[in-house]
Formats: sequence, C-alpha cells, structure tokens
Amino acid sequence: MIQYTVRRLLLAIPVIFAILLFTFALARMIPGDPCKSILGEKATEEVCEKFTRDHGLDKPIPIQFAIYMGNMLRGNFGDSIRFSRPVALILVERLPMTVELGLSAMIIAVLIGIPAGILSAVRRNSAVDVVTMIGANIGVSMPVFFLGLLLIYTFAVLLKDTPFALPPSGRVSAGMSPTPFYEVYGWPVEKGTLRFNIFTFISNLYLFNSVITGDWELFWDAVRHLILPSVALSTIPMSIIARMTRSSMLEVLSQDFIRTARAKGVPERLVIFKHAFRNALLPVVTITGLQLGAVLGGAVITETIFSLSGVGRSLFEAITARDFPIIQGFVVVVAIIYVFFNLVVDLSYAILDPRIRLD
Amino acid sequence: MATQVAEIISDDIADIGDYRSNSLWRMTLRRLFRQRSAIVGMTILGILVLVAVFAPVIAPYDPTQVLIGVEDVKRREAPCIHMLGCPTDKPQHIMGVDGNVRDVFSRIVYGARISLRVGFITVGFAIVVGTILGAVAGYVGGWVDNIIMRLMDVLLAFPFLLLAIALAFVLEDIIGRGLTTAMLAIAIVSIPAYARVVRATVLSVREMDYVEASRALGASHFQILFGRILPNALPPLIVQATLGIATAIIETASLSFLGVGAQEPTPEWGYMLGSERNQLFSAPHLVFYPGIAIMITVLAFNLLGDGLRDAMDPRLVHSGVKQE
Repeated sequence: MIQYTVRRLLLAIPVIFAILLFTFALARMIPGDPCKSILGEKATEEVCEKFTRDHGLDKPIPIQFAIYMGNMLRGNFGDSIRFSRPVALILVERLPMTVELGLSAMIIAVLIGIPAGILSAVRRNSAVDVVTMIGANIGVSMPVFFLGLLLIYTFAVLLKDTPFALPPSGRVSAGMSPTPFYEVYGWPVEKGTLRFNIFTFISNLYLFNSVITGDWELFWDAVRHLILPSVALSTIPMSIIARMTRSSMLEVLSQDFIRTARAKGVPERLVIFKHAFRNALLPVVTITGLQLGAVLGGAVITETIFSLSGVGRSLFEAITARDFPIIQGFVVVVAIIYVFFNLVVDLSYAILDPRIRLD
Repeated sequence: MATQVAEIISDDIADIGDYRSNSLWRMTLRRLFRQRSAIVGMTILGILVLVAVFAPVIAPYDPTQVLIGVEDVKRREAPCIHMLGCPTDKPQHIMGVDGNVRDVFSRIVYGARISLRVGFITVGFAIVVGTILGAVAGYVGGWVDNIIMRLMDVLLAFPFLLLAIALAFVLEDIIGRGLTTAMLAIAIVSIPAYARVVRATVLSVREMDYVEASRALGASHFQILFGRILPNALPPLIVQATLGIATAIIETASLSFLGVGAQEPTPEWGYMLGSERNQLFSAPHLVFYPGIAIMITVLAFNLLGDGLRDAMDPRLVHSGVKQE
C-alpha cells in the first residue's frame, strides 16, 4: 500500500510536469508581444527591453521554461497584471470560497444521490424508482446556469418575505464581515510570509473560521448564502451518483451471495447495507471522484450567477483580461488539486475492496 | 417426397431469413424500441428535428428582425397569447419579446437548428480525430501510443469546461470570437474520450485470430485497421457519441452563456439566456424559455444514449439486470 502510494505520487510528477509545460506553452501560444500584452500597448521600447530582460524572455525557450518551472514550484506565481498583487495572495483569498462551495456541493450530492440510488435499486420499478430516475435524467440534462437562475427566481423572488427566502448573491450579507481567527486569538502574523498566506487561506474558509471563533451569527448567514449555489452545483453530480449507485446495486443484488445471505436469514437491512452496498460502492466512488472536474468547471458558472469571487470566476475573468500570471498560477493549482483527488480515489479502492491489491 | 423435401428446404430458407433478421444490429434496434426512455428520447428528438427543418414555416417572425416601428410592442414585453385572454388587438408573441424587441418564440425555433448543428458537428469532429488518434495509438503501440495517450491524459487533467474556456480564448485570437470558436474548443476537449474508447477496442481485438488470418491473407495495415478492427468499436462509439452530443450542446451553451461563444444576433439558446440573465427579476420569460429548450434537447440525447447503451450491452440484457 505504502509502496503503491509512493509509486503513484512519483507517477504524478510527469503529469504535473506536463501540466506546467502545457500552461507555459499556452501562454506562449497567445499571439502578440508579451511585454505589450502585460504592460499595455503604450509601453515604450526601453521599458519593454527591461521587461524582457527581467523576465528572462531574451533567453532560449528551454531556459525560460526552467525559470518558469522553478518559480511555479516555489509557489512564486508572479504578480497579477490587473491587480498588481501577488497571484499567491489572490489565490489564498479566493480558493477557500471555491473549496467551501465545491465541498458542500459534493456533500449534498453524495448524501442525497447514494440513498436515492439505493432506494431506487431496492424498490426497483416502483413509483419511487421511476420518480428518482426521471429526476436524475432531468438533473443531468439541466444546465447549471439555468438551474441557478431558477433557484434564484424561486427563493429570492417568489418566496421573498417568507421564512424560506434565501439570499441570491454574495458570501455574507452586506455589513457583515468575518474577523480572522488569528486576530481574535491575537496571533501575530507578518504580511507576505508563508504563515500569513496559510492563515489567510484558513480564515477565508468562512464556515470554518466562524466555527473556531464562535461567531454563530455569521456562520448561519454564510450557510444561508451557500445553500442556493451549492444546490445548483450539486445537481449534476447528484444525478450521476444516484444513477451509478442504482445500476451498481442492481448488479450486485442479482448475484448468488446475496441470495445465500437472504436464504440463511440475514435481515434485509443488513443484506442491503452490509452485503450489497459494500460491494456496489467501488464504481460509485470512481464516479464521485470523476465529478470533481465537473464541479470545478461548474464553479465558473455558479460563481458567475451568484456573484461569488472564487477561483472559477477569477480564472474566467483573468482569461478574459489576458492576465497571464493569474491564469498560469490558478490553472496549475487547479490541475494539481484535480490530479491529487484522482490519486485519492485510486487509493480508496484498496480500502474499500480488500481484494484489490495495489502492488 | 418431393414436396417434403421442398418443405424442408423452404423451412431452412425461412430459418435463414430469421437468422438474417436476427443480426446484431437488428437485435439492437429491437431492444432499443422496447425501452421507454429511448422511445421518449427519440420522439423528442424527432420533434426537434422537424422544428429545425421547418423553422421558417413554424416561426412567425424572422429571428433577427427588430420589431421597433413594425408593431406596437415594448422591449422585454411579457408573452401575449390570444387564446389565454391576451387582447386580440395586440400582436401575439407566445414567448414574449426580448431586449432587442425580437420575437422570442421565433428565436427559440431557429435556435433548434443551431443546437442540433452544434451537437452533431462538434461530436463529429471529435469522433473523427479521436478515432484516428485512438486507432493509431492502439494499433501501432510503443512510443507512438505513449505519446498520444499521455497527450490525452494532460487534456483530461483539466476540468472540461475550464479547458474549453481557455482554448476558446486561444482560438479567438486566431479565428475570431463566435459560435465556431466555441464549438471547436468543445470538440478538441472531447477528443480524449473517443480516443480512449477506440484504443481500448483496438487493443482488445488486435491479437485475435481473425485479425491474424486477414494479415496472413495479405491485407494491408489500413485494411486490417479500418475494415477488420474498427467496426468493433462502433457500438461503444455510438453510445459515447449520443451522450457526447448532449454534453457538447450543454457546454457550448455554457460558453455562449459566459459570452465566449455565439454573438449577437445569433439565436443561440445559451447566449439568449446569458445576455438577458440580469432581467430575471423583471422579465423572467427571457430566461425560462431558452433554458427549458436547452434542457429538453439535452434530455432527449441523454435518454436516447442511455437506451442505446442498454440495448447494445448484451451482458445487461442476458443477466436480466436491466431491461426497462
């Protein structure tokens, strides 16, 4: 197991190398003078020459790539063109929003998708099954942007002034802002240090920050703001998970050992959860892991609709504005997270199914 | 005696006839028509195709015609349906009027043409390129396989939509902004899925005896690959393509929604929805109708794709696990 983990981690290195190469090439593929596109059309000859020298753009391409890779690996993503601030800082401010959104969407998807799939399989061809599967089919066919707007219309327009009303945009209500935990506890941090970046990241996880600082009013407010976007983002993964759970359960339930279990008098509840579900879990875990990409992609749209400044939205805006340092930094981080989660999914197989030997 | 022989022979011929009608494709088709979801999908799809073909007949207006000065309508006017009590002296717009004072219903109708075209062309492109890459990778093997598949892995290492957005921007500088750019971006991002399906089939069939036999008979690599091996990849490809069309339509609409795809005055559903999304509170009809149109179209392809998968997977049919 440890051996396999190490080997998989080593195998991830070429993939990450390729991702770096790809983002490097992507930036070089965009036509136009990098100096002009970064400093603006009015940049003078001398300024451009200095810029080219400073960024090593006069060196051969392989050396440029080596410099670029060294910077990336040290977490030195450069400064954003639009904001004139370090990309790393922007990242630790905005990634937490997407992490909260993505995690809550995945939690909703799993908590509803798996039980719905099991129920559907156990009561096959019943009304519950038909309704669930129709719902799942509509769920995968529903564009995130349409569902998000429908939710806003329902909960912020139709149900306005009722107890069910939910806020349509932002992370917290106007006038509310979380106090970072390190200020509450009086822990000194210096700006620009790694410690500061880590603390900023953690304190921008609003839910977590408000729990550890005991700010329950803000916690509740943040939860209310998170409901609509996470529900919108969770629908597609939820439907896919429900369908996969159902077909996987059906396949397992038709096998001999299930009949044996029933024949020897194992209670039906145990048959379903202990015998069948345990064995049906593997494809469900795979598909759940694969949904991460859909969630990250969907985050662009969800964050746009709900006016949230997370990684997805920022990346989209950076691409629109040709803000290369942000594009490169964010893309590399997103891709590495993605690769990492795929690894976790692969490793979880061994835990879920002892028959799988990973070495 | 003679008549008996004739009967036996004619029975045999009838058997042969039965045998022929039981060919793989016919069986698949028969199974397909037994599935509710596939039938619903095909019905919706049939209606959509009819709408697309007869768009000029169905649509009461030109989809790009601005109605200012033509009729007495205001910007973003709510739907007016005579049958539902809208005064008959007002012009009928069953889905209302958009921000540029155009008939939404006509735009939705013409949008069917665009969405279907987007789905088929995008997936068609991805299939052709994906099949060639996957087939070559699987058949040649070695370092060729390694290079092609690692390239596919890198494409798969990024979330689908994010990569498509980035590609759309790169392409935009080369061929300009528009629906074609978005379609090309989505097509490129879809290639790995098809390449993998084809490569897997090629690998599983490559060493089989019948392939060996045709090699011994002197068939060229080209003949073996395209005549003997690739037909085996058709069933999974068809399923993948049908579901892929659904994805292509939804993702192209997403790009248009974000403003990276179709541009004014194209009646593309995602763009229609995106450009009016801030009017959700004042004119919700401008968001609802395009949204529902996308959903129904995507649903049709998903249902058909699911049905095809069940019909083409003999394992599921024989085990009796899934036949609804």
